Amino acid sequence: MFTRGTRVGLWIWGFAVVGFLWIPILIMGVYAFNASNIQSWPIPGFTTKWFSEAWHDQEVRDALWLSVKAGLTATAVALILGSLAAFALSRHRFFGQHAVSFIFVLPIALPGIITGMALNSFFGFWSIDLSFWTIVIGHATFCVVIVFNNVLARLRRTSGSFFEASADLGAHGWQTFCYVTFPVVRTAIIAGGLLAFALSWDEIVVTYFTAGSQNTLPLIIFGKIRQGTELPIVNAIALFVIVLTIIPVFIAQRLTTGGETERTTAAR
Amino acid sequence: MAADATSLPEGPPRKGALRASSAVAWRWPGAKAVGQLGLPLAAFLLVYVAALVALLVSSFWSVDEFTSEVVHTWSLDNYRILWDDPTYRRIVLRTVGIATAVTLTCIVIAFPYALFLVRVAGPRLRVLLLVATVIPLWVSYLVRVYSWRLILNPEGALNWALTGLGLPGQNILYTNWAMWLVYSYIWLPFMVLPIYAALERVPGSYLEASADLGAKSLTTLRRVVFPLAIPGIAAGSIFTFSLTLGDYIAPGLVGGPGSQLIGNVVFSNVGIANNVPFAAAFATVPLAIMIVYIAIMRRLGAFENL
Amino acid sequence: MRRRSLIAPIALALLVAGLALPAAGVSKGSGSAVPTRIGAGEGELKMVAWAGYLEKSWVAPFEKQSGCKVKPKYANTSDEMVALMRSGGGGQYDMVSASGDASLRLIFGGDIAETNVKLVKPWKDFHAAFKSPTTNTVDGKHYGISLQFGPNILLYNTKKQKKPTSWSAIYDPANKGQISIPDNPIQIADAALYLSKTTPSLKIKDPYELDSKQFAATIALLKKQRPLLGKYWVYASDQIDLFKNGKSTIGASWPYQMSQLKDAKQPVAAVTPKEGVTGWLDTWMLSSEAEHPNCAYLWWNYVSSPKVQAMQATTYGETPVNKKACKEMEKLVKGSCKTYSAAAPQAYYRSIKFWKTPLTDCGDSRGKVCMPYSKWVQAWTQVKG
Repeated sequence: MFTRGTRVGLWIWGFAVVGFLWIPILIMGVYAFNASNIQSWPIPGFTTKWFSEAWHDQEVRDALWLSVKAGLTATAVALILGSLAAFALSRHRFFGQHAVSFIFVLPIALPGIITGMALNSFFGFWSIDLSFWTIVIGHATFCVVIVFNNVLARLRRTSGSFFEASADLGAHGWQTFCYVTFPVVRTAIIAGGLLAFALSWDEIVVTYFTAGSQNTLPLIIFGKIRQGTELPIVNAIALFVIVLTIIPVFIAQRLTTGGETERTTAAR
Repeated sequence: MAADATSLPEGPPRKGALRASSAVAWRWPGAKAVGQLGLPLAAFLLVYVAALVALLVSSFWSVDEFTSEVVHTWSLDNYRILWDDPTYRRIVLRTVGIATAVTLTCIVIAFPYALFLVRVAGPRLRVLLLVATVIPLWVSYLVRVYSWRLILNPEGALNWALTGLGLPGQNILYTNWAMWLVYSYIWLPFMVLPIYAALERVPGSYLEASADLGAKSLTTLRRVVFPLAIPGIAAGSIFTFSLTLGDYIAPGLVGGPGSQLIGNVVFSNVGIANNVPFAAAFATVPLAIMIVYIAIMRRLGAFENL
Repeated sequence: MRRRSLIAPIALALLVAGLALPAAGVSKGSGSAVPTRIGAGEGELKMVAWAGYLEKSWVAPFEKQSGCKVKPKYANTSDEMVALMRSGGGGQYDMVSASGDASLRLIFGGDIAETNVKLVKPWKDFHAAFKSPTTNTVDGKHYGISLQFGPNILLYNTKKQKKPTSWSAIYDPANKGQISIPDNPIQIADAALYLSKTTPSLKIKDPYELDSKQFAATIALLKKQRPLLGKYWVYASDQIDLFKNGKSTIGASWPYQMSQLKDAKQPVAAVTPKEGVTGWLDTWMLSSEAEHPNCAYLWWNYVSSPKVQAMQATTYGETPVNKKACKEMEKLVKGSCKTYSAAAPQAYYRSIKFWKTPLTDCGDSRGKVCMPYSKWVQAWTQVKG
């Protein structure tokens, strides 16, 4: 349905955009092997010492572990709260429904600095010490939204007759949930959870205001960039993270688009 | 007789706590809704919304000049300062300007790319490219901004390439141009994904019908595909606009003397000058802007595509 | 029939409940009594410090001999240090290397614990002026131990700039695009100091206590300077980068940048311009809610000892407060004792206008008409535009 010219143009555009996205990352990857501290191009020499330095830095390892813990906890909270909210909003019409869905969009629609400031003041107001749990609360606000949106979108695309049919066949509410609802939203939940974890993992703006003396990985990276003496370590950490996350992201993408691809091909 | 042959087999026992509670939920949907929605809504209201309201309230207070403790005397002083001083208006305009430029740039780059993914790329390539689009989100945002500093550095990779091609070197680091470039780069995946989701839902039959009616590709794109993609574009624009409106990190790393954004002023008043009331007052500006923006985007159907 | 759901009223009730309860309002650390002996180390020490104050060369031996693992958090301005020490209700960090414009704010805010100087043995070897300076001693009570002091210098690239003698170099249109100054409201004092010598009619005596006329003139000068700047540097590493890649060839700086650039074999040098300089006297202070006070006392003893004072002074480029450090400095870098006036610092000390918090009370015959720090912060935002 597209002319040849349009197709060729789109191919070129597609690869140009991928290049635009990836060239800075590749350059940063090269700098991770920079033998000198001076960040000029081309780099003077290659070394792998930054990786071992990053690995042996206790602070970096602690921060890595804290980021993982915070991400998993926030995602777990988000999966529960977000799914519950999505179920409620997809099935019921009630007064204040739009207001509720508006509230659930705020954490990602509002600039992070507002969320961070608000939570910081709130914790101070209630004399809650900043700790791991305040970090989790901060992350959970936007993680819930991500899961909520994913699950809600999936539920909206599912015909209500599935659930009615299940009831007709004699299943009660919980059985319907186990055998019908959950399989339908399962991949949306997983995809939402993975995206939520990704956002929590990289979050700096809100975390800056909700972390006490604990450091997540982005906070450590922020500190090291400001310090300025160990920048290649930062690049080494970032490269390590990319390599580590290719597999989960790939899986998540297969899960969400796997079904869609079939549907679209059918529609063609 | 026939009655026996057609009688249904014994089903599961129709009693038990699960079935009873399910019946309750069926008869009183309101109770079910409260049960499902109660926990998340309570969590949100008690923590998140309460925090926002508390922040708004504190914008009417002030700080003791010496100890920096918040003083609970009510006044409009903070807002008066914001209104009287043209600097803040300039900063708001600059931020909104850059946010708009970045949003438009992202739309222009993302739309053909998403179109390519949905309509032109094969299924395997599509998954590969989607992964390639999402992975940069996993690379630390700080590192990605910093990598542009390395690239735009007078002795960095960009000038090396330009001079290699015989072109003059650039010097845009520490200017607003650099910030526009960096923001467009960082937020691009956030724009691609919703547009992709929206375009994916356009059935191929629409395009074929349009061709049957005699439209060339460009006309089909303009009059069929693009209008259907608008909800996705609106959803993506919420991200790019909001993220730029609140950012304070990029101006410090790649911005210059004239690059202060709303985020910087808020940040320097909170994290540094300890003047949370003033920061809160200034924060109501992006808050108000985003609320209006979200309301408009909701009209365009953005919420279906977040 | 549309059933009225319970959701909205319940939600509203929860919201009201969430806000109605007033804060518990825990009163700030009356803390524990001043200790009389140093107990066993707690194994950890969380510190807020200036970049360059916790280098591995002197931190690693401390960790080994005391068993206290140092966890640094670097801050770029005094304001940030105050914010960090107060964050989360205090107690997030044990110690802070506060300059004069933060120390009194912290003390009067109740954030700092009193120090028993008898437990810090090297204290008795300090120069008299640093044993109980007004920045960390209030009503005879000590809040922290003086650390080191130094000037804010004029840094320049020796290959690209002639040696400057005056701060006018950073206000000179000939250097447009090459100048870098700190992104810190306290810089207003530097401009005021410059004006105090070049525009005597303004009668600026104390660059930190400016009445509205003096303040307006200073801000006007800074606004004129803004288009000439290459960058307001936020992090010391920023300015180091700027000088390394040639984007800045002259600017207001700290000795830390100079020593780092010199280590990287860059052609830089610093001068003390004829109008004088501002500077900082830093104190290591203990939080009133600190979790690791014993490690803190061990650190005080360590960092005040002559050898470590000398190490920090020669690495960073500042002047130690311990009389005995001069000898050690000569062992590390010949001539450093003289360079930093470590042997007889009094005259040098008096020539520096140290950072302090600007207050409404001018402290002289003018009365309470001066600009407080909050006005400095607002004005700084205006200057940067």
